[in-house]
Amino acid sequence: MILNDLISSTSSTDRIVCTGVHHRYGDREALQGVHLSVVAGEIFALLGPNGSGKTTLFRLISTLVPVQRGSVVVAGINAQSDPLGVRGRIGIVFQSPSLDKKLTVDENIACQAALYGLRGAAMRRRRDEVLELMKLTDRRGDFCEKLSGGLKRRVELAKGLLHQPPVMLLDEPSTGLDPASRLDLWQSLQSMASAGVAVLLTTHLLEEADKADRIAILAEGKLIASGSPAQLRASMGDGLVTIVGSDSGEIERIVRDELGLVAQKVQQQVRIQSPNAAALVPMLADRFGDQVQSITIGRPGLEDVFIEKTGHRFL
Amino acid sequence: MSLLTTPSSLPATASPATVAPNDASVRRDSLALSPAGFAAAWMLAKREWVRFFRQRNRVISAVVQPLLFWLLFGTGLRGSFVGAGEQNFLEYFLPGTIALIVLFTAIFSTISVIEDRREGFMQSVLVAPVGRWPVLVGKVLGGAAIAWVQAMIFLGLVYLFGAAPLTSSVFGVMLLLALMGVAMCSLGMIVAWPMDSTQGFHAIMMLGLMPMWLLSGSFFPIPPLGEGSSWGQMVLGAIMRANPLSYCMVQLRRLLYPAIEFGAAAFAPSVVVCWIITVLFAALTTLFAWRLMRGSRRADLTV
Repeated sequence: MILNDLISSTSSTDRIVCTGVHHRYGDREALQGVHLSVVAGEIFALLGPNGSGKTTLFRLISTLVPVQRGSVVVAGINAQSDPLGVRGRIGIVFQSPSLDKKLTVDENIACQAALYGLRGAAMRRRRDEVLELMKLTDRRGDFCEKLSGGLKRRVELAKGLLHQPPVMLLDEPSTGLDPASRLDLWQSLQSMASAGVAVLLTTHLLEEADKADRIAILAEGKLIASGSPAQLRASMGDGLVTIVGSDSGEIERIVRDELGLVAQKVQQQVRIQSPNAAALVPMLADRFGDQVQSITIGRPGLEDVFIEKTGHRFL
Repeated sequence: MSLLTTPSSLPATASPATVAPNDASVRRDSLALSPAGFAAAWMLAKREWVRFFRQRNRVISAVVQPLLFWLLFGTGLRGSFVGAGEQNFLEYFLPGTIALIVLFTAIFSTISVIEDRREGFMQSVLVAPVGRWPVLVGKVLGGAAIAWVQAMIFLGLVYLFGAAPLTSSVFGVMLLLALMGVAMCSLGMIVAWPMDSTQGFHAIMMLGLMPMWLLSGSFFPIPPLGEGSSWGQMVLGAIMRANPLSYCMVQLRRLLYPAIEFGAAAFAPSVVVCWIITVLFAALTTLFAWRLMRGSRRADLTV
């Protein structure tokens, strides 16, 4: 049994282990057998376009939705049999804000502390720590409705970190943040990871996933690729030639039949993977001439991994 | 990064096989009335309180609107009404006004559960390791406390201006209003919990909660079910007798005017019956709200 092998192979540093997770909403199958593991101290990005199932997976791991098939184990606790146990061990930052706007930063954090069983002096000490860590100490008396988007997100992170969870889950954490705040956010995530927290985030932004230690790409409920960004790119070879033209079907036919190259057609593009891509360009330019709009050459990125596996563009 | 100390609360062994036997016990503990749950409930109740008093217009409207109702209807209908014990309408309508304050405040406190969900606050509460009951207890106790204090402020004015005699029965009034506050808040939660918009709540409020108040003998006496009564009176009388709030109102009226004998009124259940029904009303609405909240997973995802 593959399933049992996977479970027995889990090491003690595994913080999130999903094995054969299926999930359906009525007739629609949102997840079709997802296997995934996140270890302590890494930032793991769940990358996928909207509707790929990443939010469903996020909800399963955060126990908002019960596991239907397969198993989800978070910090050693099975999400199906002990959801409340899992909840005590995860910090969550939602895509939409979860702050009470009518309360101050301090009061919001005190609320969170009460929900996680922190009280009295221990609560105040821990609150000072997370506020300091998120550089919020001077804003602690402000009402949350007065804070900027970046600051609000930092309060969310402070809330999530409050009970020192071994696992941190973030759903599209950089939504609505300006570039400076995004940078800030990533610094916070990196410091969490270096302290041994397993950080799992979902994103539909390729450049964001690129910053993670490891990535899993989801499409239509299936995990189509996983590994470090460098590994994923390396799997695509060194060079990629992209031909853009109005009649991509004809171009594909010529490339395949006349030139004998392996090509993939994606909407208006025809893509050719080759270790010596540079050498192909003059030949292609010669053959097509005015027939095409552009012939470009580049190193494959994460989007190319996605296109390679699914046959269509990322967004 | 010394501030981010090593993650706590990790079990010594991380293999799922060794954790499994403990699962059931962990789960029972967290569902039981744990101290953490009470702390969470207390915090949520306190939050209701803080939010309410930060929104001044809510504080004022919850008292001023019933007060205006009381003065306008009381004065306007004064000449055309004689209740039991020679009461004029201003006196008759006083218990109804207090009930209205409790009802309004309770409704506006529980409606906030919809806002909490829309604004996102609720999602962080629902993923906390405390289960559902602290949410209910926090909302109901917080809302009931606000409603009770509002009613007390109004009651203070009533006694100050001598609209009702101040006697030892005021303690009974205080207890009764607290129970009514709990019942109304739980009722509000039953309505608000499955809803995703405040518009829907307003519709239910106008179609369900306001008629419940109107048909409790707060605005007009409950008609008799005798030989001389018309068909319409029979139907109305039966509905009003089936309304648990009617029993709260009879008892509230008795406690506010201890000197007046209401036994001659068309609807006068005994003191014991009134108290039992009030306690049951509060207990059953709370129980039902809890069952509703525990059963619905859908509401978790309405963000």
